Amino acid sequence: MIAIVDYRAGNLASVKKAFEHIGQTPVVTSDPEVVAKAEKIVLPGVGHFAATSALVDSGLREAIAQRIKQKTPFLGICVGMQWMLACSEEAPGIKGLGIWPDQCVHFPAGVKAPHVGWNQLEIRGETSRLLKGIPSDSFVYFTHSYRVPLLQATVAESEYGGKFSAAVEQDHLFGVQFHPEKSGDVGLKLLENFCSL
Amino acid sequence: MLTKRIIACLDVDAGRVVKGTQFLNLRDAGDPAQLAFAHSEAGADEIVLLDITATHEKRATLLETVRRTAREIFVPFTVGGGVRTLDDAAAIFDAGADKISINSAAIADPSIITEIGKRFGSQAVIVAIDAKRANGGFEAFVHGGRKPTGKDAIAWAREAENRGAGEILLTSMDRDGTGIGFDCELTCAVSQAVQIPVIASGGAGGAKDFVEVFRVGQADAALAASIFHFGLSSFSDLKQQLQTEQIAVRFPC
Repeated sequence: MIAIVDYRAGNLASVKKAFEHIGQTPVVTSDPEVVAKAEKIVLPGVGHFAATSALVDSGLREAIAQRIKQKTPFLGICVGMQWMLACSEEAPGIKGLGIWPDQCVHFPAGVKAPHVGWNQLEIRGETSRLLKGIPSDSFVYFTHSYRVPLLQATVAESEYGGKFSAAVEQDHLFGVQFHPEKSGDVGLKLLENFCSL
Repeated sequence: MLTKRIIACLDVDAGRVVKGTQFLNLRDAGDPAQLAFAHSEAGADEIVLLDITATHEKRATLLETVRRTAREIFVPFTVGGGVRTLDDAAAIFDAGADKISINSAAIADPSIITEIGKRFGSQAVIVAIDAKRANGGFEAFVHGGRKPTGKDAIAWAREAENRGAGEILLTSMDRDGTGIGFDCELTCAVSQAVQIPVIASGGAGGAKDFVEVFRVGQADAALAASIFHFGLSSFSDLKQQLQTEQIAVRFPC
């Protein structure tokens, strides 16, 4: 069962619909016990990094952390990906999951923020399981004001006022800054890859 | 590189796509769900559905239309028209929209911009401004272009940004449906006044109009309706021409 974690930050209808379109029956849940049994976990997120504090109070953070230790595949989307880092400039004092010790930062002055629209992926190497079959230079849809810097785990980068991480991957942990549910066939392919892990 | 977006707009009345000139003389252009799917397959970067005669009785029809339209499209999908309250917005998001567009309600009570943004994220809130040339400037109109507000369109765009709008959908009422080109002066003035993306609308007739609104108007996206519905322009031809003009677009897509 694929659990789409609902922490009352934005609208999950599109993510659910995209998984259904590729033949899955995802469950949208805010129940830590459902997350504890999930075979795959998706953490969407739009809006403010501070909204992730709801994950702590609801017990979802603990459930996700436990499940990740048991090697359950995890996909963070947008703010969900940013939450995989230690913290974000957007909400100092709110802790992320800390898979990587880095911080999300705002786009530099001189470019319009938010970064909204279709931008290209520059895929690093050929080992990514999440991006399997997706060619470099593919277009995906972004909407965000903060970004994940380039990391060792970066498998795709994009360029907007400098390079940043568009997708990260480490073992069973995956994160995408863009919205696969809104990125046409490329996005659906990525979700299929995640489902077939 | 971030590309310029080409957005297909569906003006919907009672479950059918219609199109008029300067907000009048509506003619039938087809089924919204079918058209949205066809446009997204053909290369539209985004779909906007505007319920142009939203009334209480037609609300249920709209939600059903949104649900049907959202089902098969996997590009960003915006719905506008008649959104008055947070609950209206929530119902539309629940039906499958990614963003909502608000106009009259935001003018009547700008705090709704912040309210919807807090719940659904500011990326989900587009403030639509219908602007018309008046007294050497641009005035914002509401109620489908029927009612002047006395507000300067550019100042209003700035206020909408400050209140948390994620994008501005800027329609030139003078150019709407005319096919003589976007109002680049208006678009440029708003684009320079705000940091958030500006979607230019009203007046698209051909590829050169898009080139001009991106280059001169400094638009981040451009929206059109009739030229796409009635087959006057295909997305691939249009995008190819934009690429030839060195304007970055999602192509091939």
